[in-house]
Amino acid sequence: MPGKPRLRRGVRLTFDKVRDTHVLLFPEGVLVPNATAAAVLELCDGASDVDQIAARLGTRFRGVRAEDVTDVLARFEDRRVVEWT
Amino acid sequence: MDVTVEPPLGMLAELTHRCPLHCPYCSNPVELAAKRDELTTEQWLAVIEAARDLGVLQVHLSGGEPLLRPDLPELVSRASDLGCYVNLVTSGLGLTKPRLTDLAERGLAHVQLSVQGADAARADLIAGAKAHARKIDAAAVVHEVGLPLSVNVVLHRANHDQVGALIALAEQLGADRLELANTQYYGWALRNRTALMPTPGQLAAAEPIVRAAVERLRGRMEIVYVVADYYEKYPKPCMYGWGARQLTVAPNGDVLPCPAASVITTLPVENVRSRPLAEIWYESESFNAFRGEDWMRDPCRTCDFRARDFGGCRCQAFMLTGDASATDPVCSRSPDRSVVDGILAAEDAAVRSGGVPEFVMRTPTVVR
Ligand SMILES: C[S@@+](CC[C@H](N)C(=O)[O-])C[C@H]1O[C@@H](n2cnc3c(N)ncnc32)[C@H](O)[C@@H]1O
Ligand code: SF4
Ligand code: SF4
Repeated sequence: MPGKPRLRRGVRLTFDKVRDTHVLLFPEGVLVPNATAAAVLELCDGASDVDQIAARLGTRFRGVRAEDVTDVLARFEDRRVVEWT
Repeated sequence: MDVTVEPPLGMLAELTHRCPLHCPYCSNPVELAAKRDELTTEQWLAVIEAARDLGVLQVHLSGGEPLLRPDLPELVSRASDLGCYVNLVTSGLGLTKPRLTDLAERGLAHVQLSVQGADAARADLIAGAKAHARKIDAAAVVHEVGLPLSVNVVLHRANHDQVGALIALAEQLGADRLELANTQYYGWALRNRTALMPTPGQLAAAEPIVRAAVERLRGRMEIVYVVADYYEKYPKPCMYGWGARQLTVAPNGDVLPCPAASVITTLPVENVRSRPLAEIWYESESFNAFRGEDWMRDPCRTCDFRARDFGGCRCQAFMLTGDASATDPVCSRSPDRSVVDGILAAEDAAVRSGGVPEFVMRTPTVVR
């Protein structure tokens, strides 16, 4: 995996009280990530690599593998939400 | 009605119809709202709060020219503080560095800048003002302030040949995203339709240029190409369904399911001054008129594509057939497709005979 993921410029991750869920906001629209995906995206700070993110998630969820993190990130990269530094 | 109504995701806030430009393709209504009819700052702040309570997550501050409202910073702050993604849709005139720095500090997330042509000569002719150079400066300011930039170009006969140069310009301006939108015929654009309609030759020439650029720029600049729907076989999925995702608030507080909906004169018009926004969204006749599928008639009612395009655009159906619940006449399955073909034939004949009319430039209606 090529480095450290972060949210693309112009993408924001926030919590929507009306819908009671995390939402990803960007110019083209709104995406609703599931709880796991939201947890991954919250850790995409452009400074941590996939292993570090997986390790940090492991303290909150059981049995998190680096592949799971990579899968989530690949999905969001396709949607132009995540990029790699 | 058997439709679950979801909360809206976005609000287009048309803060004013005033504008320093005179684009003949402008989708604003021909009857522009006068300054004295605009909502006050307090009223706009209340609209933003009501919209967020209702579920709105994206606020597009547009117009006219939103920078003409001196209260723009306050409105940005409120929308952003409430957790909305705030997008400024602007001609760029008046977008100075101090102003944009302030807006960015208040939480502005994104700027969408319109460009009329690839060079000043052409662009200023279309805009009806010396605007192009100031837009280039505005793009530089967006860059310096560090906000993401979308460039928006409306395509028509008078600039379609520049599509390659427009893509190059957007690259030069450092755009993250370029929207090349063929003119949608509402408002001033409908009035100028004959002068704006691209020729089939222009559309065919643009297609490979756009396709190649999409490939070449993948990952650097996203290009969205909006097709010329009169030439298509099927209609656009207008607004992703009526009253489904977005609402528009016009300068005077009228609340519309889409920016063009005021043309449907058979629908009552709701206004934030007289009814709460949530009630308008969930209960009003105008927002419920074309939700779901119950309103559909043949051929849409039984068509396999109805979940994909929702029967097309209600405003276009009304403008071209006089009936807002008709199938969008752009659709090749519509019994009224001959109306669109007739328009294309008449426009083609006008081009051939050299009888293309001059642009009627956008100007405010004189208030008596
Ligand atoms: C009505 S303008 C108002 C904001 C600002 N004055 C501007 O032009 O960017 C909002 C957006 O709609 C686009 N637009 C205007 N007329 C249009 C039309 N007839 N079809 C498609 N898009 C249009 C503009 O390019 C702009 O991006
Ligand atoms: S499209 Fe042109 S005339 Fe219409 S509001 Fe925007 S800049 Fe003004
Ligand atoms: S008949 Fe109606 S639903 Fe079917 S493609 Fe045409 S507009 Fe869409």
